[in-house]
Amino acid sequence: MLLSSVQNPRLLYLQSRLSHFNFRIKSSLHTSQTLTLTPSPPPPTSQILDIRKTLLSREKTAVELAGDYLTRIQRSDPKLKSFLYVSEESVLREAEELDRKIERNEEVGPLAGVYVGVKDNICTADMPSTAGSRILENYKPAYDATAVSKMRESGAIVVGKTNMDEFGMGSSTEASAYQVTANPWDLSRVPGGSSGGSASAVSARQCVVSLGSDTGGSVRQPASFCGVVGLKPTYGRVSRYGLVAYASSLDVIGCFGSSVSDTGILLNAISGHDRHDATSSRREVPDFTSQFISKDILDSKPLKGLRVGVIRETLDEGVDAEIVMSIRAAVSHLEELGCTVTEVSLPSFSLGLPAYYILASSESSSNLSRYDGVRYGNQCESEELNSLYENTRAHGFGSEVKRRILMGTYALSAGYYDAYYKRAQQVRTLVRKSFKSALDENDILISPAAPSAAYKIGEKKDDPLAMYAGDIMTVNVNLAGLPALVLPCGLVEGGPAGLPVGLQMIGAAFDEEKLLKVGHIFEQTLQDCCFVPPIAADN
Amino acid sequence: MALTMFRGIKCCPFSMYPSALVARKHVFLYCTMNNSPSQTATQDKAQANAKVSTQSKKMSKVAKDYEAIIGIETHVQLSTLTKAFCTCPYNYGSQPNSSVCPICMGLPGALPVLNSKVIEYAVRLGLALNCELSFNSKFDRKQYFYPDLPKGYQISQFDVPIATGGFIDLDLPVEFGGGHRKFGITRVHMEEDAGKLLHTGNGSFSQVDLNRAGVPLLEIVSEPDMRTGIEAAEYAAELQRMVRYLGISNGNMQEGSLRCDVNVSVRPWGQIEFGTKVEIKNLNSFSAMNRAIDFEIARQELLHSQGQADQIVQETRLWEEGAQKTVTMRKKEGLADYRYFPEPDLPAVNLTIKYVDDIRDSLPELPEMKRRRYETMGLSMQDILFLVNDMDVADFFDATIAKAADVKLAANWIMGDIAAYLKNEKLSINEVKLTPEELGELIASIKSGTISGKIGKEILFELLAKGGTVQGLIKEKDLVQIADPVEIEKMVDKVIADNPKQLEQYRGGKTKLQGFFAGQIMKASKGKANPGILNKILLEKLNAKS
Ligand SMILES: [Zn+2]
Repeated sequence: MLLSSVQNPRLLYLQSRLSHFNFRIKSSLHTSQTLTLTPSPPPPTSQILDIRKTLLSREKTAVELAGDYLTRIQRSDPKLKSFLYVSEESVLREAEELDRKIERNEEVGPLAGVYVGVKDNICTADMPSTAGSRILENYKPAYDATAVSKMRESGAIVVGKTNMDEFGMGSSTEASAYQVTANPWDLSRVPGGSSGGSASAVSARQCVVSLGSDTGGSVRQPASFCGVVGLKPTYGRVSRYGLVAYASSLDVIGCFGSSVSDTGILLNAISGHDRHDATSSRREVPDFTSQFISKDILDSKPLKGLRVGVIRETLDEGVDAEIVMSIRAAVSHLEELGCTVTEVSLPSFSLGLPAYYILASSESSSNLSRYDGVRYGNQCESEELNSLYENTRAHGFGSEVKRRILMGTYALSAGYYDAYYKRAQQVRTLVRKSFKSALDENDILISPAAPSAAYKIGEKKDDPLAMYAGDIMTVNVNLAGLPALVLPCGLVEGGPAGLPVGLQMIGAAFDEEKLLKVGHIFEQTLQDCCFVPPIAADN
Repeated sequence: MALTMFRGIKCCPFSMYPSALVARKHVFLYCTMNNSPSQTATQDKAQANAKVSTQSKKMSKVAKDYEAIIGIETHVQLSTLTKAFCTCPYNYGSQPNSSVCPICMGLPGALPVLNSKVIEYAVRLGLALNCELSFNSKFDRKQYFYPDLPKGYQISQFDVPIATGGFIDLDLPVEFGGGHRKFGITRVHMEEDAGKLLHTGNGSFSQVDLNRAGVPLLEIVSEPDMRTGIEAAEYAAELQRMVRYLGISNGNMQEGSLRCDVNVSVRPWGQIEFGTKVEIKNLNSFSAMNRAIDFEIARQELLHSQGQADQIVQETRLWEEGAQKTVTMRKKEGLADYRYFPEPDLPAVNLTIKYVDDIRDSLPELPEMKRRRYETMGLSMQDILFLVNDMDVADFFDATIAKAADVKLAANWIMGDIAAYLKNEKLSINEVKLTPEELGELIASIKSGTISGKIGKEILFELLAKGGTVQGLIKEKDLVQIADPVEIEKMVDKVIADNPKQLEQYRGGKTKLQGFFAGQIMKASKGKANPGILNKILLEKLNAKS
């Protein structure tokens, strides 16, 4: 079945750069030692562990490292616009503190000297947190989000706040009230969204790792567009305290890194029950980093016996052919690693998108009610109470946000509740069940992270339905509350150096461990691929 | 912690407290009009009766033709140490915005975490109101915009309240005709309170005080079972007693810890459909409730009788204490759509049978049980209602009679001299030095003749003010009754000997003079002589032919 597409000229193009395509050819020739045949660029290494080594061996100081990252931001951000705010002063101050600690041979945390970008909807006490919205312009929270304070306790240094679609509502970061972020692989393209700034910042090596949030794919789709690893943890794994709410029952804080191990190390730092979030899980957090086995000691079938289900509905029409091909190639790679791959069907899959938009809009219409100009945020001068609300909200919110508030208000209105909100909840139950049964049969499920690679800036901006349709691969996972890992698996034609394609791996609830293990082996054995965009390679 | 920047809509210098300013318009505030929280429900109602009577007399003719239907929604503020969803304490009357945090201010990213005491208190009240509990309930968001509502929604319970279908028993005061009543409870649900709007002197700005925002409330909805103002006021008073007995609220109406919104409609006798419902707010005392309802019933009945029933519109009316009438506050413009939906930030509320059973086992004896028990002890309903009205008084009474003190005497002492003392000194029964054990001792000492009733009273006030024991005071002040006939005889002899003239008159037939002699002897004994023995000996001596 896979070979049937060999006639596609694009495939020939891909062949030249995609190592897994080589595997497939070789595997079809029954070659057993495929992994070491071709010389290739080394697989991504953990930047976090590298920094640790660099610092502890006194090879470089934290201040020097900070300088590296700040310089890179200064050079590339005028083009990329990943950051809404960069906190040079606090970065250098914290780096100096860290250097003194190292000098004194004090114990440093697992994220010591790790420069992190934080999505602007995650509260940081010393930096503005606007959620990409005009209504929160210059708003400085009184407290750090739990995920942020946990990172800081582990030694991380927050570089700044990254751009995003206003309140997370968007899939291209074009709906930011402040600026449009460019894709590091092709500056004329979007980085994806809503965590586009966090994805592009890691992709362009403007920071080591970053935090994003994922309500319907807002970590995974930009990870796919920017060629970085994106992890959406199980709902409840990471505290939402301090995450500016979009859709509370779907929102999750997620991680971006340039390697699977970095996202795992970051997840380690931010996971766990939080008494400030009643929906955060009390489940014990395993050491996600213990899964990372060095490539050198892997046997030839490191994933032998792993049952992988390919979600049929995600490779149907509506998905770009080259994306389908990349995923098929990734499937071959997984088979090569010893996985047993079958196709699974999730009958409720297509219902997930409308259900998601109803539920997310409904919850957001409520969550955004607090932006009334009374206590904080931008307030429009008014003579009378209703006009205070009207003017403040009319000027403070962008059009996409208004659209979703309207949709959500409508869906929750008396007389419509049963037809919309309640039915969407029923669909959600169906989606949960069908994932459950598919994951009873399989260890992980795979699909593309998006139906296409990064598209041009402006291409879908005025077509909300087309924009919404792009979330089809990811929203079901949020409805089911499951963890998913997106990692680059290939490049397709486009831009100066090709455009990355992300493979989505979906696991059972709270089984991030398995995703990270599989993802790590996949990444470390993927040949001939180097997911560093030209703009980062230039530096 | 500087949480926010508060600004005005216009540039207005205001810096006393961090308060947000909004333009003032259609702003209504519960005002506290009565500052004497110690007033009891019964006293309250006695005044009410007097004021209402003149107005209702006018209406008594038409009243017979109509029936009033009254339902009450009560909000009870729970006396938990912290608010419902954050760790801020709540103290009535503290400085504006001094007890707030990111959560109760609704800052971006803040999340509610339920204080488990709220569930416990809700279950306590649900059980006490004979309700059926929902073992699986949840919270919902009730959405509307108002400056005192920081999140733009109130966390409440909508379709699955924690308790449903109960009832409340009560006995009407004797002075209002008495009688037992049973009123249905539709539901009890948990929710959070809103903040308060404060108005500046010149009226151009309103300020928001969020101290109260997030304080846990129970809303208790009654069935439309009440028919008169006094029934409604008694229902509310019984709820107040209940929450106080349960220890879940101070039930203080003046502080707004117990707030009643009353729905009143009137229909011709025999009509099945309800009349148009009018809501009355601003009821700050039971007497105000009673008067407001009776006024409103009279107003509606008058309109009915004049063929102007269509003038009764669905609206919210305000009770004006000064004018003693209800006035239109706002007309209802259709039904408000609160767009309820399940609160996604909070997990479902699941109760276990053991949890409920443990709470049930820990419930105190409730007012109704006490009333029925006192009834079997032979107390009058008037006494019963007095004693049961305040749980501390009832407990004091129970402790007094626990050591076999006479029930009627104990009730009389408590309702008489002790109550008067408390009223004069503005004290509660827990604040006096007298212990129930000593009151029991006092009653026993009088009954046994160790001391006289008169001396008993003296000792009582000593005990109330300074404490000590009955025995100790008797000894210290040498108050033991003289019951030794030899000793009394000596005193009798002396008095007779000292008053030969009176003795002569007595023996001459003026037997009334026995009282004079008894008085003289009692005086000589400093009041301690046992009157029985004294009189017996005196008579013997007076009548003796010596
Ligand atoms: Zn608080």
